[in-house]
Amino acid sequence: MNPSHTASWGILNRRDFPRLLDALRTQGYRIIGPTLQDGAVKWGDIATVDDFPVGWRDHQSPGHYRLERTESFRYFDIVHGAESFKPLTFAPRETLLVLERTHKTFVATPILPDPEPLAVLGVRACDLAGLAIQDRIFLHGPYADPYYRARRDRLFIIAVQCTRALDTCFCASMGTGPQATAGFDLALIEGDADFVVQTGSEEGARLAQHLSLHPVPPERLRQEEIRMAACAASQTRSIDQSALPRALYDAHDHERWDDVARRCLACTNCTMVCPTCFCHGVEEQPDLMWTRSERARVWDSCFTPDHGYIHGKNLRPTIKDRYRMWLTHKLAAWIDQFGMSGCVGCGRCLTWCPVGIDLTEEIKELIRSRQASGS
Amino acid sequence: MNMESAISPPMNPFVIHPAVIKEKRQEAPEIVTFRLQLEDPAIRKQFRFEPGQFNMVYAFGVGEVAISIVSDPDHPRELDHTIRIVGRTTDVIGRMQPGDRLGIRGPFGKGWPMEEAKGSDILIVTGGLGCAPVVGAIEYIFRRRENYGMMNILHGVKAPHDLLYRERFDAWRAHPRTHVWLTSDEPGKTWHYHVGVVTELFDRVQFDPNHTFVMMCGPEIMMRVASHLLSQRGLTPDRMYVSLERHMACGIGLCGHCQLGPYFICKDGPVMRLDRILPWLGKSGI
Repeated sequence: MNPSHTASWGILNRRDFPRLLDALRTQGYRIIGPTLQDGAVKWGDIATVDDFPVGWRDHQSPGHYRLERTESFRYFDIVHGAESFKPLTFAPRETLLVLERTHKTFVATPILPDPEPLAVLGVRACDLAGLAIQDRIFLHGPYADPYYRARRDRLFIIAVQCTRALDTCFCASMGTGPQATAGFDLALIEGDADFVVQTGSEEGARLAQHLSLHPVPPERLRQEEIRMAACAASQTRSIDQSALPRALYDAHDHERWDDVARRCLACTNCTMVCPTCFCHGVEEQPDLMWTRSERARVWDSCFTPDHGYIHGKNLRPTIKDRYRMWLTHKLAAWIDQFGMSGCVGCGRCLTWCPVGIDLTEEIKELIRSRQASGS
Repeated sequence: MNMESAISPPMNPFVIHPAVIKEKRQEAPEIVTFRLQLEDPAIRKQFRFEPGQFNMVYAFGVGEVAISIVSDPDHPRELDHTIRIVGRTTDVIGRMQPGDRLGIRGPFGKGWPMEEAKGSDILIVTGGLGCAPVVGAIEYIFRRRENYGMMNILHGVKAPHDLLYRERFDAWRAHPRTHVWLTSDEPGKTWHYHVGVVTELFDRVQFDPNHTFVMMCGPEIMMRVASHLLSQRGLTPDRMYVSLERHMACGIGLCGHCQLGPYFICKDGPVMRLDRILPWLGKSGI
């Protein structure tokens, strides 16, 4: 995805949509997209366009997720499921090394993931923003992570622009959506009879040549801009970032932490569905003969009791400590660490919280009282 | 904010390199020092480190722990690690013998400001057991004694029997222009040093605040109090350094466990200049 790429637009008739899948497959890509599995939306293999969840849309609110049948024939009426883009590049479990005993010593062999070319169809702006944040963490620190790199480099990304916001969405206030502006090879806007296709990279432009696109009237592009702007305007939640990170650092002793700790179950759901949370532990799995051992990194969460453990003591023994750690890291420390917020406004942590904690409300309280008290 | 070490990072920072145990020294019932030599000659040859940096030390089939390197950086072909046996992995490591293999990834993190401190007096403040990270710095200075000014080493323990390396303190005391100050919170029959917390020693030590670098290691709350008292004596926070400890699984700022405020202790530390870390030092629940 070349930032210097000059975007071009075209119209893909609905009946020609399967051509996109054909073109991707011809290029050697396995295709995944949103699919219905066990009553939930997950990334799944797309063999034909019928694999998309046509005639379903999602309703999300804090602690609430429901799929609803509709009469719509659109492919991308569901905004998103619990899975963000994250598991596709930062695997929930990644074998790092296999270690084998030899005569007196041992040999460590890195196990890099299979770089099978993968096209992901139906990525939302918030998840592209999450991907950009994960790129910053895993690829642009002092060490580029070779495992993440292998999963990342094989991707062809097709975004779908959002024209409907969920009750939980607040990407507009985070500056990450609803319109995806970078980080994709192609982006689609789904209309009633067609798709507006936008190229985002040279690879995307090459693929678009196989799609028999029609020219887009400028009026149509303007209409789509208005649709996306309306989607942004319809969002009811927001985070005011102007006082961050300072305001959260200063809120360390705020009584609101006690309040949220009484509700939080420390279940880790928010961190698992978060597109940016990157904490992980490393597991060692020796065989029974103690001659071969595997080391794998596994997603961890700052809500687990072990996360802040250091020989003999737990630095964050209470749920209050852990919630404060999570929120302060996500919305404040992240800015100092990576030059960007750790939140993309996808709203998953609201939806998948069993007790419906809404971080936009928490942050409002934490910052508002600070301003009121004039400190 | 590019303060990464000048050493070029390996291609895959997760690969563990076997190292043979050349020597094992029992420092105390639960503290051992291992002298390790990387097996691969090419890796051994390019290995460089600074006092205060650490390695991830690996026991086959068990796991890794972050351990600071206490030997001299001019002799990087043999690496000393002082390990306190406190858990499952260190328990296995502690039972290993010369000839056995451990694994090494590293070196990681930022070390002590040995270059900046050249020509200055040094005040070492440690508390608790061992404090391996600062031992490397002390030994480094004694091997280059002419490069540094007055040495004051202050060490506090909870009770007299917590004092480890008694001989080492005696050896340090014998160096020119060096004072060693020991204190115990609790008195004891054989304890003929000061009784009280380590910060009480500040009143007895003579130092020129404009000409002194401070290196601290120990409980965060002790370092917080110490830095406050030293500031009152005229020392500025940019001349005070602390070595910090957190749980580390990766060593390279990716696993998230070692965070303290906006910092990853594994890559922004473990040695940090006080003015950067002061707001977070000793704060509870973070």
